[in-house]
Amino acid sequence: MLIPHPLLGPRDSQEFTYLGDARLIDRPDGLAEGALDLFHDYLYLRDNPAGLHQELWFHEQGDRSWLVVTRDTRTHEIVGAELASDVARARGRSK
Amino acid sequence: MRYSGFKVLKEALTGHKGWRPAWRDPEPKAHYDIVIVGGGGHGLATAYYLAKVFSQSSVAVIEKGWIGGGNVGRNTTIIRSNYLLDGNEPFYEFSMKLWEGLEQDFNFNAMVSQRGVLNLSHTDSQRDAFRRRGNAMRLNGVDAELLDTEGVRRIAPFLNFDSARFPIKGGLLQPRGGTVRHDAVAWGYARGADSRGVDIIQNCEVTGFRIENGQCRGVETTRGFIGAGKVGVAVAGSSGQVMAKAGLRLPIESHVLQAFVSEGLKPLLPGVITYGAGHFYVSQSDKGGLVFGGDIDGYNSYAQRGNLPVVEDVCEGGMSLMPMIGRARLLRMWGGIMDMSMDGSPIIDHTDIGGLYFNGGWCYGGFKATPASGWCFAHLLATDRPHDTATAYRFDRFRKGLMIDEKGVGAQPNLH
Amino acid sequence: MSQSHRIEGGLIDRTRRLDFRFDGKSYQGHPGDTLASALMANGVRLMGRSFKYHRPRGPLTAGSEEPNALVELRSGARQEPNTRATVAELYDGLDARSQNRIGALSFDLLAVNDLMSPFLAAGFYYKTFMWPKAFWEKLYEPMIRRAAGLGSLSRETDPDLYDKGFLHCDLLVIGGGPAGLAAALTAGRAGADVILADEDFLIGGRLNAETLTLGDTSGAVWAKASAAELASLPNVRLMPRTTVIGAFDHGIHGALERNADHLPSPAAGKPRQTLWRIYAKRSLLCAGATERPIAFRNNDRPGILLGAALRSYANRWAAVPAQEVAIFTNNDDGHRTAADLLAKGVRVAAVIDSRSDAPKTGGYEVLAGAVVTDAAGRLGLKSVTVKLANGETKTIPCQLLAVSGGWNPNVHLTCHQRGRPVWDAALSSFVPGGVLSPGLSVAGAAQGHMSTAACLRSGAEAAVAALSDLGITAHSADLPEAEDAPYRITPLYHVPGKGRAWLDQQNDVTVKDVKLAHQEGYVSVEHLKRYTTLGMATDQGKTANLGGLAVMAEMTGKSIPETGTTIFRPPYTPVPIAAFAGRSSGKDFRPTRLTPSHHWAARQGAVFVEVGMWMRAQWFPRPGETQWRQSVDREVLATRNSVGICDVTTLGKIDVQGSEAAEFLNRIYANAFAKLPVGKVRYGLMLREDGMVMDDGTTARLAEDHFVMTTTTANAVGVYRHMEFCRQCLWPDLDVQIISTTEAWAQYSVAGPNARRLLQKIVDPAHDLSNEAFPYMGCAEITVCGGLRARLFRISFSGELAYEIAVPTRYGDALMQRLVEAGAEFDAVVYGTEALGVMRIEKGHAAGNELNGTTTALNLGMGGMVSKKKDSIGSTLSEREGLKRADALVLVGFRPVNPAESFTAGSHFIAREAEANAANDQGYMTSVCFSPSLGHIIGLGFLKNGAARKGEVLRAVNPVQDVETLVEVVSPHFIDPEGERVRA
Repeated sequence: MLIPHPLLGPRDSQEFTYLGDARLIDRPDGLAEGALDLFHDYLYLRDNPAGLHQELWFHEQGDRSWLVVTRDTRTHEIVGAELASDVARARGRSK
Repeated sequence: MRYSGFKVLKEALTGHKGWRPAWRDPEPKAHYDIVIVGGGGHGLATAYYLAKVFSQSSVAVIEKGWIGGGNVGRNTTIIRSNYLLDGNEPFYEFSMKLWEGLEQDFNFNAMVSQRGVLNLSHTDSQRDAFRRRGNAMRLNGVDAELLDTEGVRRIAPFLNFDSARFPIKGGLLQPRGGTVRHDAVAWGYARGADSRGVDIIQNCEVTGFRIENGQCRGVETTRGFIGAGKVGVAVAGSSGQVMAKAGLRLPIESHVLQAFVSEGLKPLLPGVITYGAGHFYVSQSDKGGLVFGGDIDGYNSYAQRGNLPVVEDVCEGGMSLMPMIGRARLLRMWGGIMDMSMDGSPIIDHTDIGGLYFNGGWCYGGFKATPASGWCFAHLLATDRPHDTATAYRFDRFRKGLMIDEKGVGAQPNLH
Repeated sequence: MSQSHRIEGGLIDRTRRLDFRFDGKSYQGHPGDTLASALMANGVRLMGRSFKYHRPRGPLTAGSEEPNALVELRSGARQEPNTRATVAELYDGLDARSQNRIGALSFDLLAVNDLMSPFLAAGFYYKTFMWPKAFWEKLYEPMIRRAAGLGSLSRETDPDLYDKGFLHCDLLVIGGGPAGLAAALTAGRAGADVILADEDFLIGGRLNAETLTLGDTSGAVWAKASAAELASLPNVRLMPRTTVIGAFDHGIHGALERNADHLPSPAAGKPRQTLWRIYAKRSLLCAGATERPIAFRNNDRPGILLGAALRSYANRWAAVPAQEVAIFTNNDDGHRTAADLLAKGVRVAAVIDSRSDAPKTGGYEVLAGAVVTDAAGRLGLKSVTVKLANGETKTIPCQLLAVSGGWNPNVHLTCHQRGRPVWDAALSSFVPGGVLSPGLSVAGAAQGHMSTAACLRSGAEAAVAALSDLGITAHSADLPEAEDAPYRITPLYHVPGKGRAWLDQQNDVTVKDVKLAHQEGYVSVEHLKRYTTLGMATDQGKTANLGGLAVMAEMTGKSIPETGTTIFRPPYTPVPIAAFAGRSSGKDFRPTRLTPSHHWAARQGAVFVEVGMWMRAQWFPRPGETQWRQSVDREVLATRNSVGICDVTTLGKIDVQGSEAAEFLNRIYANAFAKLPVGKVRYGLMLREDGMVMDDGTTARLAEDHFVMTTTTANAVGVYRHMEFCRQCLWPDLDVQIISTTEAWAQYSVAGPNARRLLQKIVDPAHDLSNEAFPYMGCAEITVCGGLRARLFRISFSGELAYEIAVPTRYGDALMQRLVEAGAEFDAVVYGTEALGVMRIEKGHAAGNELNGTTTALNLGMGGMVSKKKDSIGSTLSEREGLKRADALVLVGFRPVNPAESFTAGSHFIAREAEANAANDQGYMTSVCFSPSLGHIIGLGFLKNGAARKGEVLRAVNPVQDVETLVEVVSPHFIDPEGERVRA
């Protein structure tokens, strides 16, 4: 596969290491009420869609960016890739 | 109709006119006591044992395509019960014992061939881990032999002992491990279930579950609504998709695992051999093809096909382990979709919806589990209690911190 | 009798003679021949035996789709089973043998299976061999295995090299026939980057096998000229002998180039084959079409082959092993064969055309509305039986029968991404259809264009369209005038009748087998395939699948497309496993990482061990030491008594900087890090989010905003990845930057009571190493050896007074030598990983065997380290009930009750009086060594509720080695439990 790196252009997926669903960005607050249940859902449950899937790839053999790649799990077609840090900020993460 | 050498002889002499369909092609009825969703190995085995062991007379298996078309027909045919953890080992040994009597039980030659499964170790700590695992197997009453380099050489003198990047230090052998003709397992269970009254309904896709007041009443399908007292879902690979129709999220991701077969070769390999320093395992089929595989591609996929990097990785492993196979040609590669669970172990459990039961999360180890999975799922469906060997396969184990993680890689499905 | 059946013409070089052997007999051929064509030229039709019934077989085809003519090529370690004689290029000295036989090819003892065939119908083995149970493995299966298989491997290591390469292009043209050439010319002349790959060694496809004219010249000449033009274009890469084996995601294609298979052996240092990964912006499939046979009784006799194949043998190779040829066809193609043969002076006995309206224009007998019903000649065709239109039967003597059942477009690559071909009624075949992979288009016969003119046109047009997608303007190449005859076919897949009519010749699947599958309910095409093995042979059923489908369609009363489609999987043709591995085998399977002191250590005679990709010195034997324990014990004792040096460069090193670096570390470590003072090192316990220990190590604070972390060797990569995840995905605005510096620093441990004195000789005098100035867990940036920048950490894995000193990697080798020189007066030793391991077990430090991914801080006896005051990775889920059970495993020490006894890691703990079974399992031993300091074996292990069981005696059982030892539970800190030495 070719990953369209937002900074570096198309790169072979072999340069990357895959993690999984980009929802792993949405880490709950460990000090919040009911954190155990929140973390259970966060870490263990997946939508696992047959279709577009936002997922985390790490450019391990490259610039060490984490990317959020949007890919169709039925055809492997990739419709977009963004820096995970941008996505994280857009989802309200900061410090 | 009973299959036997005598029957084959008789039919041969009378023009094979007496053979009948191995299973019927019935129209779905309006209601069954138990509906199994998924006509793969596990679903068919569940139906078979429901009818045979648990005396259930109103059972249907519904399958969106043709039976045996999923992973039971796409795997590398290995059976073994060489597990480490308490939650797993008794279950897989139960499965192994069922394999050992299966053909006589369901009257279909599935070519259960116990020629041994040899896992190789290449470091001291790997050897220590194998010793721990072998001892765990023995404490569970399972056969296991710890081999040193010479012991491995006696079994497989053709391995690379001289110029290996990761020298072979030993191995863990389960002599009773081996291979089974995978399609025959699906067909044997189907035929056995059908002859005991189970309706096997092909080309019937589940489009939804009818759930009323938290209770599952049946399934909506492309061939209409089928009512059910209980519904058991055994659709590994598509678990997430099917259970989403009931509004459930699972601790499972779908990943593609590729498998490979070479052209036919005269007998070469003694049994199953698994490389410990690369992703490669291999056996030789009765037809002579080397059947081999390695790691999953590593990204979520429903595509039933993979990509070159893993093909190359697997062949690199093969060549570094047994350089004699270099001029054998890879004939065909294909992919299956795995239910990769969060700890690498399966789930056989009821759901929060009454009457809806789930069997899945088999990762790439589902084939060897087929008989026990069927039996245990049948047990759960028939009695509402887990079978003794499957008590750990619960949904809530992640919530409770009771993971069954053989590899110790944690909640990352593509590493299991 | 040499080349007795060589006729005039052909694209062979008659000026040179090549000698070769088949089954020990010598023959001659010419450059340009394949093994099959050369054998045909020598009158040889029998080349192999079938898989199941061991039927005598000759070539059915002249290409890579060949099911029958499989041979073992070459000998010794280069022996290559199942090679298709139809594509094996002839070279001088070629040696091949027929395979899958016992005895001579003409008298194979296993042909007895053929007589037994009524008992061996499709799937017979599923119904028998079940009694008695034990006989399957002991008798039936070995018997089946011996009879099955095809060729054999040499069992030796393949001596040849295999390479891999990567190519990029605008347009990949797959296939160099008329469509492919027209496409490549169009794109090449437009200046696009073009790759044209063809599996044949001669570019041109069917143009080389037909007598058609293109413009004012022959097809072969036009192909040659076109190939020459393409070769002259700098933007075109012409790749003959290159099979595109698979179409993968995003325009990536796999291709196998056979660099040296046409030579007796590859030139020294040159590869035999190259596996290319071709990254194509657009690809154009011009793979042509494959002719299919018509099944009838005994249609597998040697000498019965496909019509187009016979034209190839006659026109391209000038080889026709027959005096009389008959032709059986359901379309106009059979008449083309007749015309060509007549023109070559070959006698055409008759054209048996199943169509009642067969054309009768040529100078040969046409039997319209007739079919072939049987063939005679077990080892070579002698005659065929024909059922005439009027119902009468006629026997026609002939030595060859050319069968034309119509053409199947080569859709294979369009299926590799699970595209589904669609039915084309006019062709009576499947053509590419549905949704093709992005970037892939199809032209020529592969798309169902059956005339030369149409192929040329579609190739050029498809190239223009593909390039237009890329913004490149191209104009269709000037195309020569070519035949544009309509394709007229009346489908006929098999001739009904008695006896066995062969569909899949290699796997011996007959029409009857398909009928039996139907009768038994194996109706789905996938069931059919699996039950009968149709299409599962080395040719993937290229000539067989449609026939099988057609028979099943007849049985079910459905149309062929309703019955199913056949899809194909990569590779297009089989590929040697070695080619996929390339150079990554043997010692080069994976890269090898060497530490800075590696070469020095090698000179000292160190024994090395693989640690991940690293090679590390395991111990350093000295003269007189004959057994590894002697060396290791000496290294341990010398270190504990004086001083030892060890290369610990392999530890992961991560530089963490930024104003919020401390906060970052505080979140990724379970224990507190926010308040670590500058100049101090702290042990850090890193958890995964699920609460399991991910890694441990030390982190030093060199400045307010600068930390240096170490990780274990094994987890260096994973920890760094995890930290980047936390930094980029969880806290993107935290002011922290991290980078791996594992390769940047050489690091040595200097341990033992004399460690300080030794280091004082190296460290520049400005730096005070006294215990007061530089206490335990201190760190500093210093200089050594007169100004070389270095880092010094006072940390200890051994339990001794110890330091780790780091210098830039390029000074690592020199520093090791300097340390050894400086240590001479203390009798310093250099120790390897074994001594390192012994000392850490003696000290009770957890390492890889303990950090196995299923252990929590609690298991390691460090539960108290997980801070409850902060939200760090893993802190929440480590609170789950199952991880905090009262009987949780805890790491403790073990020693044998009888010090003379031994035990091993991997033993399980069982209470003294209890039965050794899983229910009574109390835990397991993780690490064991002989402690030279204590004089007996010691171990670490996880024991249920272990912390409360000190003093208890248990059995360490090891049933796989039939050993059992009484052990006492002790503290894991065997040496200096108070930690006085490290603070000395």
